[in-house]
Amino acid sequence: MSPLQNSPGSVALGPRRAPRVGARGAGALGKGLLGIYLSALVLLPIAALLAKSSSGGTSAFWREISSPEAVAAIKLTLAATAIVVVINAVFGTLIAWVMVRDDFPGKRIVNSLIDLPFALPTIVAGVVLLALYGKGSPVGVNVAFTRASVGLALLFVTLPFVVRSVQPVLLELDLSMEEAAASLGARPLIVLRRIVLPSLVPAILSGVALSFARAVGEFGSLVLITGNLPFKTEAGSVYIFGQIQNENLPAAAAVSVVLLLAALVVLGSLSFLSRRASRHVL
Amino acid sequence: MSSSGGGAMAVSPAPSGRLRAGSPAGSAGAGDRAARARKLGVRTAALGYLALLLLAPVLMIFYRTFEHGLAPVWSAITAPNAVHAFWLSLEIVAIAVPLNTVFGIGMALLLERGRFWGKGLLGLLIDLPFAISPVVVGLTLVLVYGKTGWFGNWLAGHGIQVIFSVPGMVIATAVVSLPFVARETMPVLRELGTDSEQAAETLGASAWQTFWRVTLPGIRWGVVYGVVLTTARALGEFGAVSIVSGRIEGQTQTLPLYVQDRFENFDPTGAYTAAVVLALLALATLLAMNMLTRHTRRRTPV
Repeated sequence: MSPLQNSPGSVALGPRRAPRVGARGAGALGKGLLGIYLSALVLLPIAALLAKSSSGGTSAFWREISSPEAVAAIKLTLAATAIVVVINAVFGTLIAWVMVRDDFPGKRIVNSLIDLPFALPTIVAGVVLLALYGKGSPVGVNVAFTRASVGLALLFVTLPFVVRSVQPVLLELDLSMEEAAASLGARPLIVLRRIVLPSLVPAILSGVALSFARAVGEFGSLVLITGNLPFKTEAGSVYIFGQIQNENLPAAAAVSVVLLLAALVVLGSLSFLSRRASRHVL
Repeated sequence: MSSSGGGAMAVSPAPSGRLRAGSPAGSAGAGDRAARARKLGVRTAALGYLALLLLAPVLMIFYRTFEHGLAPVWSAITAPNAVHAFWLSLEIVAIAVPLNTVFGIGMALLLERGRFWGKGLLGLLIDLPFAISPVVVGLTLVLVYGKTGWFGNWLAGHGIQVIFSVPGMVIATAVVSLPFVARETMPVLRELGTDSEQAAETLGASAWQTFWRVTLPGIRWGVVYGVVLTTARALGEFGAVSIVSGRIEGQTQTLPLYVQDRFENFDPTGAYTAAVVLALLALATLLAMNMLTRHTRRRTPV
């Protein structure tokens, strides 16, 4: 595939040895072990989930996902996620812009802190938000056990996605196009809308897709701050958790499949859109 | 800040491609000032958002932990269940991370260098843990290894308990942190190319020698970066582990589970202290990631 450039000399090797057969055997063994590992960890468990969710037939599946509590939980998750990804798209792009185009003291530190929600355990994210925006809040904002807390927690854990997908694109973006437009008299907003944003759209969309998938399945950060009140603050993942605790595995499996499908559909369609959008630019 | 807002509206009917000339009234100095004001506005919005959502809450948890002095923090840290949870977390990391490192490198090699039927499927399979809720990961493991699961009878017959004990927690941790090493190693492997490997081979190196002396040194920073991410995720995993652990105090309680337990049992100091320990580990992870970006070109340098 790649042009064959020989770069010898840099490699110091022992005396020639020939037993290729042994190496091939080891390769096959490695592949076999890898297959077992992936089967045990991912393939079989997913198959078991699909089998469980469909064990009672379509009518049973439908009954499980149309129970009022399940419907409320799925609706809350999808609505909160939709709001959160829109906010992420706006503020994520804004933050990426500031990190690339602006300069201020402490920028390096701020830039590395943006990854904190990825490094912080989700349960700690919940505790951290409660410490400031919970009961006895020093700023007088108490969102604990309200629907706003669902959005707040999801915003926290998905913060880096859009920033980190837009940042490299913005860094590569050719400034001369913007300068040319500005010198022709385009106002800053026009430059932004006609020149900068079109090149960023694919990156924003892929960040949004990742945020969506993460937010739909988020659990740890919601457990403490939302209070898990059915019909009010109980998100889909929390509902699944409750059903597992009640040993109602068919219901848990059915709602799991719904959330999984939602995540996969959004990931798939946004990656399609993002590829299409990137074809129209340049 | 909003000085340019009104002007933008008037432009919309203009034919595309033709950009309106600059406002006649604005001198160069006024334009500069407007640009600076805009920049400041965007900076304030972005940094304000980060401060409110990220920085202030994280600082607050440190304040809350130490607001009553060091004595309660010390007794919270040395509480037997806290110590046990900490060591259990480390034990799980010590098993799951090496497993995922070895298999992650294997998967990366297979996906980048291999040619076989079902390669796309393998790629999808590896990424799947990122698209699945941790709760669902826990559920799928219960459905396979639980007492009513596929292998439940067989495992019980052989006296092996997976769910509600440490093996299940290790498996759950391995699943949620599965993709990192493979995903961080693959781009490095692609960039490395096969030239030196082929050279080594023509010089008579065995596949094993080529891997240890050529491939692995070439991809080591990608692997290390993946290991850091894997470790951070493994230490902090909550949802999947919560389901398969049974959450038995002093037995199957990891540090994140302990945080929840303390919080729900009205012991805020215990919860905050354990959370701060985990937050410090997260900050150490960030530091490691930062230092590693000097060796890899994966992240955007600022």
